[in-house]
Amino acid sequence: MSITVHLPNLLARLAADQPSIEAEGATVGDAIDDVINRFPALGPRLRDEQGKQYPFVTLYLNDEDIRFQGGFAAPASDGDELIIVPTVAGG
Amino acid sequence: MSATDAVTDPVATRLAELPELDNEEVLRYSRHLIIPEVGLEGQRRLKASRVLLVGAGGLGSPLGLYLAAAGVGHLGLVDFDLVDLTNLHRQVIHGTKDLGRPKLDSARDRIADVNPHVHVETYDTRLTSQNALEIVRGYDVVIDGTDNFPTRYLVNDACVLSGIPNVYGSIFRFEGQVSIFATENGPCYRCLFREPPPPGLVPSCAEGGVLGVLPGLVGMLQATEAIKLLLGIGQQLIGRLLLVDALRAQFRTLKLQRDPECPACGTHELKELIDYEEFCGLRKAAAEARANAVPEITPSELATRLARGDDVDLIDVREPHEWEIARIPGARLIPLGSLAEALSTLDRTREIVVHCKGGGRSAKAVRQLLDAGFVNVTNLAGGITRWSDDVDPGVAKY
Repeated sequence: MSITVHLPNLLARLAADQPSIEAEGATVGDAIDDVINRFPALGPRLRDEQGKQYPFVTLYLNDEDIRFQGGFAAPASDGDELIIVPTVAGG
Repeated sequence: MSATDAVTDPVATRLAELPELDNEEVLRYSRHLIIPEVGLEGQRRLKASRVLLVGAGGLGSPLGLYLAAAGVGHLGLVDFDLVDLTNLHRQVIHGTKDLGRPKLDSARDRIADVNPHVHVETYDTRLTSQNALEIVRGYDVVIDGTDNFPTRYLVNDACVLSGIPNVYGSIFRFEGQVSIFATENGPCYRCLFREPPPPGLVPSCAEGGVLGVLPGLVGMLQATEAIKLLLGIGQQLIGRLLLVDALRAQFRTLKLQRDPECPACGTHELKELIDYEEFCGLRKAAAEARANAVPEITPSELATRLARGDDVDLIDVREPHEWEIARIPGARLIPLGSLAEALSTLDRTREIVVHCKGGGRSAKAVRQLLDAGFVNVTNLAGGITRWSDDVDPGVAKY
């Protein structure tokens, strides 16, 4: 199951400057872990110390917020896009 | 009808009392008047409108200029800052002649030049839990052009409690986010991000930088959405989050829904404004910083000691691109992220002074060295910026 994970520029710098990564996984959490396995520096940015989702990093599977689709357990399908949206405050 | 489809129209209740336009205004706004979606009534709506801009900085600059030019009748500006040279690459409402002036004064002058029909009301204050509800009251739309998490949650909650739409925009480096929060049925900022990050995790524009045109781009999207709200037209950015990536030239729209557990607009358990510094962990972080304080040396003391020939290992923990901009003579570069692997190369018998741009990262480095068993380590107070102020103005500030 190939899922395209889109990283914001700040996180792409921790993934060899790749803004989009093809990841394998049957759920959002699996895809995230596949990305973390290849780019361990992303680990603490994508999961908190308990492995949960941070309340200030929102993840979208296609254009739906995963918190309303089961969180990291949300099932993912081949061709899905996972978009990582971290909070920023600049103005 | 979903929140995404709903049209919010805060001026709708005042249509019977819209102000007239004089002939000069008709000519000034002629390119608006001939758009069917705006027309004479739309322009009179704009003239009757009251918009509050929170922040007269990067986002507030294009917002103030364009909303004034468009004929929004009453603009409120909240800011307490002075115009600084580092503002001018993006804060286009202020000019070089305004350096050192209050931003409210320069913004007011510029708006008066752009459109003398606009009434500007200024609030020379930081928005706080004590004054926010009073300030936002009576405005049709609030626009969030702030630059920090506590004020963003404060603006959000004040808008939810007051029932005023909040046109949100936020930027960092090449990327931005835009949405409309706090409409009758739509989501709010807390629905997007339940909690702020711990202090220091997400860099500000002052720490991480921002492309100068980006607040122009994002501020224009906010201005566009504000005008659509005031006119009651179009597919408004309610229940949607627009992501802007200027580096990749990509726009993406994602669905936003009201979080049933949101304390502001979901459960409504939030009945009044709270302590946002506490909510964002700033008080705890300040207490921890005091508890973890590391030994410091001032730039003047260091300069005296270097001048008399003391043997000091002067370590700069900034990034290589910052080292290119300016450096203290005699320093060597070990970026903070590489410090752990460089520990074995450091001479524990020498005195070490660590510095960065302002003293924050170097304090972390000093803590790291102390924890690794180094004893003769101090932090340069105020970093290279204070070195430039106190010792050598030939070292550029950035």
